[in-house]
Amino acid sequence: MKPRIDILLKLIVVAALLAAGSRALQAQEIFAGGYTQQSGEDLYKGICQGCHMPEAKGAIGAGAYPALANNIRLIAAIYPVTVVLNGQRAMPPFGASLSDTQIANVINYIRAHFGNHYNDPVSVSAVKAARR
Amino acid sequence: MTDESVISMNRRSLFKMIGAFAGSAVMYQAMSELGFAGESGYTGRIELQGDPQGASVLILGAGVAGMSAALELRNAGYQVQVLEYNDRPGGRSWSLYGGDTYTELGGFTQKAQFAPGLYLNPGPWRIPHHHLGMLDYCKRLKVPLEPFVQVNYAAYMHSSKAFGGKPQRYREVHADFNGHVAELLAKAANKSQLDQSVTREDREILLEAMREWGALDKNYEYKKGLLTSERRGYISDPGGGLTSDPVPSEPLAFGDLMQSRLWSSLSAGHLYEFQNMIFQPVGGMGMIGRAFGRELGNLIQYNAKVTEIKQDERGVTVAYRDSNTGGPVQHAQAQYCICTIPASILSQIPMSVGAPMKKAIDALYYESAIKVGLQFKRRFWEQDESIYGGMSFTDLPNALIGYPSSRYFDDGPGVLLGAYTFGANSIQLAAMPPEERIKKTVEYGSQIHPQYPAEFQHGVAVAWHRVPWTLGCAAHWTDEARAQHYDNLCAMDGRIVLAGEHASRLGGWQEGALLSSLDAVRRVHQRALAA
Repeated sequence: MKPRIDILLKLIVVAALLAAGSRALQAQEIFAGGYTQQSGEDLYKGICQGCHMPEAKGAIGAGAYPALANNIRLIAAIYPVTVVLNGQRAMPPFGASLSDTQIANVINYIRAHFGNHYNDPVSVSAVKAARR
Repeated sequence: MTDESVISMNRRSLFKMIGAFAGSAVMYQAMSELGFAGESGYTGRIELQGDPQGASVLILGAGVAGMSAALELRNAGYQVQVLEYNDRPGGRSWSLYGGDTYTELGGFTQKAQFAPGLYLNPGPWRIPHHHLGMLDYCKRLKVPLEPFVQVNYAAYMHSSKAFGGKPQRYREVHADFNGHVAELLAKAANKSQLDQSVTREDREILLEAMREWGALDKNYEYKKGLLTSERRGYISDPGGGLTSDPVPSEPLAFGDLMQSRLWSSLSAGHLYEFQNMIFQPVGGMGMIGRAFGRELGNLIQYNAKVTEIKQDERGVTVAYRDSNTGGPVQHAQAQYCICTIPASILSQIPMSVGAPMKKAIDALYYESAIKVGLQFKRRFWEQDESIYGGMSFTDLPNALIGYPSSRYFDDGPGVLLGAYTFGANSIQLAAMPPEERIKKTVEYGSQIHPQYPAEFQHGVAVAWHRVPWTLGCAAHWTDEARAQHYDNLCAMDGRIVLAGEHASRLGGWQEGALLSSLDAVRRVHQRALAA
């Protein structure tokens, strides 16, 4: 889905909220067919934890989802940026459905939580530059 | 128009719709379209002639692909062993019945408490009439089939943003869309605006056709009356005796209908894959896996988690451990291996194959999808709304409501498919605990069926990204990935060949898994005879 459509959908949802103001439609703000979350925490909880799990502890079945908690592979921000943008093996790409800001926010959140203490946040422009 | 151009137009218009509207229902159609391909390549029961002289084949995965391969190779005289991660046969061909426990990744456990005979098919739920292979295996395995209703004219099309959120019947949207379009085309034809593209004779026939197709009156108008109510239904149906006068209904206004986008769900049932007849196994899709499992008996080793796949010039050795307890590494060996493990899992398993196959495996992630089964105290959709089978479409995150195509008129409880969602909506539902997904699904459905809150009893939610043995519902193929990797994925690498829906052009369909398996079996057989 193109980012532009997300914006269009957001506008439609906002208009609908203003018009209706019902609780049911508030749920739709979360589910506009794209991802409206902006903060790193909301993005993590709304998207990433589906696979990487609450508390980023990962999961193991026939295959595995890696834990992001205490993960040394997050030491260089460009690595998770690339994986989120382009996907990697079982991980779907999110480059088309998340904005540069959303990607920077969620990666900065993960790299500063769950036992990770990386103090060099990735910039929005760095995410933009990593798109290929 | 040739069939080819119909197909390409269909695709074009569909992608255009996705781009323009990107709603859940449209996303559903787009996903359906992912599996779109030509007719089944099934040419009848496979015949493996020649004596394999006791050659052995190790099959990884006891889904439709793995078990069909095991069945045919065993029958042809091979020594066959199947390793399966789960404690049951079937793989994604699966039903959750009352009493079943399902634990998704993260340890979230759900116990299905459906009444006897009721079920949720978390994976495939229908078999089109042209999926000749699946139909033939059901026949051979004595799995009884019954009709699956896809299009139901009494079901709803719902938009939370149109007609005050009031659901419209499919027959109303269908009749009004056809009627308005027919009227417009008739007007254009009458004003001679089509003269350059339509001969005078054809124009006359076109007008006649539009009148019939759209239920237009003698002035080529689509408007309220008995003629149009014969299509879209009445306010009050024709009856008998003294109270028999039908009361016609008012068509939706053209502009309202266009802007409602409800028409976007009309084309789903036009797809080749969703045209009548469609079948389902009596008692749930799980019956197919059970039948295969019975047939293969102890050839299948359950609870076996594959940890390594090695091959050399003599054969294939697979390391595995107990899926639940871990335990010591065990080994299985054979001369050949048919591996049906989903690429999402396989990409994490050390495997001695060449770079082309490895790259192909690594190129596939698996789609997100979610299905939620909801049990209600009574079949209110039948009793109150005359909806028997089929599905309603909505722009809410649950995308559709599927009504059971079985046990009609039963006085007891019934199970609806409360949500069937792909893409962003399903990814966000997957991120919630199961009970939250169910709560949301009930909340959305209540906007279409106000009976929900009073009648709801129990739900089960399967989010495919959390299914421990697939990490998604089906392989995601782009045209580019197909061009680059598909042949390499399917080609035999030494003594190993892959099979499954991911190794087919009928992605996400059991028929694709089956056909890829039969193709792999033929090639293994050729190799074994030549050895």
